[in-house]
Amino acid sequence: MTHWITVISFVALLVTGVEILISHPRFYWGEVGNSRTPPLFKIPIPSSRETVPTGYGYVLPDQNGWSRYLHFEAAWALVLTGLVYVISGLWTRHFRKNLFPAPADRTWRAFRSVIAKHLRLAPPDEADSRSYNVLQRVTYLLVIFVLVPLVIWTGLAMSPGLNAAVPWVVNTLGGRQSARTLHFFVSISLVLFLVLHVAMVVLTGFASRMREMIPGLAAAPRERT
Amino acid sequence: MSKISRRQFVTAGLAATAGISGLAVAANLAKRYGLVPPDSAGIYGPGETLTYAAQRLFARHSLAREFPRSMISKVPFANSMPPLNDAFKRLQGGAFADWRLSIDGMVARPASLSPADLRSFPVRSQITEVVCEEGWSYVAEWIGTPLLEVLKASGILPQARYIVYFSIDPDWWESIDIADAQHPQTLLAWAMNDGDLPVAFGGPLRLRVPRQLGYKSVKFVTRLLVTDSLKGFVSALDPKSPNFGYSWYAGI
Repeated sequence: MTHWITVISFVALLVTGVEILISHPRFYWGEVGNSRTPPLFKIPIPSSRETVPTGYGYVLPDQNGWSRYLHFEAAWALVLTGLVYVISGLWTRHFRKNLFPAPADRTWRAFRSVIAKHLRLAPPDEADSRSYNVLQRVTYLLVIFVLVPLVIWTGLAMSPGLNAAVPWVVNTLGGRQSARTLHFFVSISLVLFLVLHVAMVVLTGFASRMREMIPGLAAAPRERT
Repeated sequence: MSKISRRQFVTAGLAATAGISGLAVAANLAKRYGLVPPDSAGIYGPGETLTYAAQRLFARHSLAREFPRSMISKVPFANSMPPLNDAFKRLQGGAFADWRLSIDGMVARPASLSPADLRSFPVRSQITEVVCEEGWSYVAEWIGTPLLEVLKASGILPQARYIVYFSIDPDWWESIDIADAQHPQTLLAWAMNDGDLPVAFGGPLRLRVPRQLGYKSVKFVTRLLVTDSLKGFVSALDPKSPNFGYSWYAGI
């Protein structure tokens, strides 16, 4: 349940995030940055604002109104769902049982063997279809406890209201433009995770994985095995 | 396996029920304490209301960051703007001596203030960042009259809830709530850095609202309307409206 709300929120955040980015596809470091200051880097796409020097002879339509509305609404949905997920995960010991690497797997050897298995494209063995291997566990923990909190933090650091209320949120990141640049890179990392995650689900059998993930459909195929 | 999922199902059901009844209670309280923004209707309403309510509940009086003089941007960025009308050009010809700021609506003493009148109020200067919703920003020193001083002098009535402020451009106006209107950093700015406020930055008079995104800082301000309702002024979701379909509250 929390997974699917997160999926919808993430897609909404991604689409609107790209839309907002188009209005100023330049990135800076520090507190300030604008079309008259040198960028850290630029993304070579046309912009939805005529004030941005892109080299393209045209300006895209401004879609920031609904994009910003939806971006922040989806962010609320993601944060609130995330809280429910983390609290229930701690409550049911889901993190400790299923995500924190099992004692035997907390070695570099175990880590290397899983990676080697992936590189050889070896078929998953019996245990793999029922629980997460050490590589999956570390990746999921990284996403849940590092990347998502970081993307929320860097996002909040761009809120002028929040900057006034809690200045250290932006100051510790080195300024507003640093926060924006970091928000971009953390988002890219999350998109990479999404691509890998979906690819893995498809490779291991899309239909059976979906049956396991949708409440009510899970019981039937399991009993057969 | 099925036992756990049943327990999870019941827990989720209880949580959802508690959540929905909690929301209903919260919505009632929010309305009573003025925590609902005027664009709370429609599909984006819940997100907007959460943002606005959270900031008004927990950070009503917080101050925007002020920066050291060394951080003032050498080349501040003047955003593009629509061509200025004849009324503006006439006033510009007279070095803005005939510029007037009118205050009407829910005030005891409606007034019309000249640039000299405005300068007779206590002056405040602050080095704050202009943050555009597009992503760029710059830091400048803003010097002017706190809006609060003008409102106090005109005798703002207790039932006032919003200030609508109009540019000389007839298609340009914005509004803020009373919390931002009475905030010490909300400034009727008439000077910037080392001189008069340049036209490109909104001169001769711009309302700076440093706790919100740049689009709330309207340029060429000529009128303040004090009101208890924004009926007829908020059409935020309409992309053809003067606020381009942008959200009303821009403190995010």
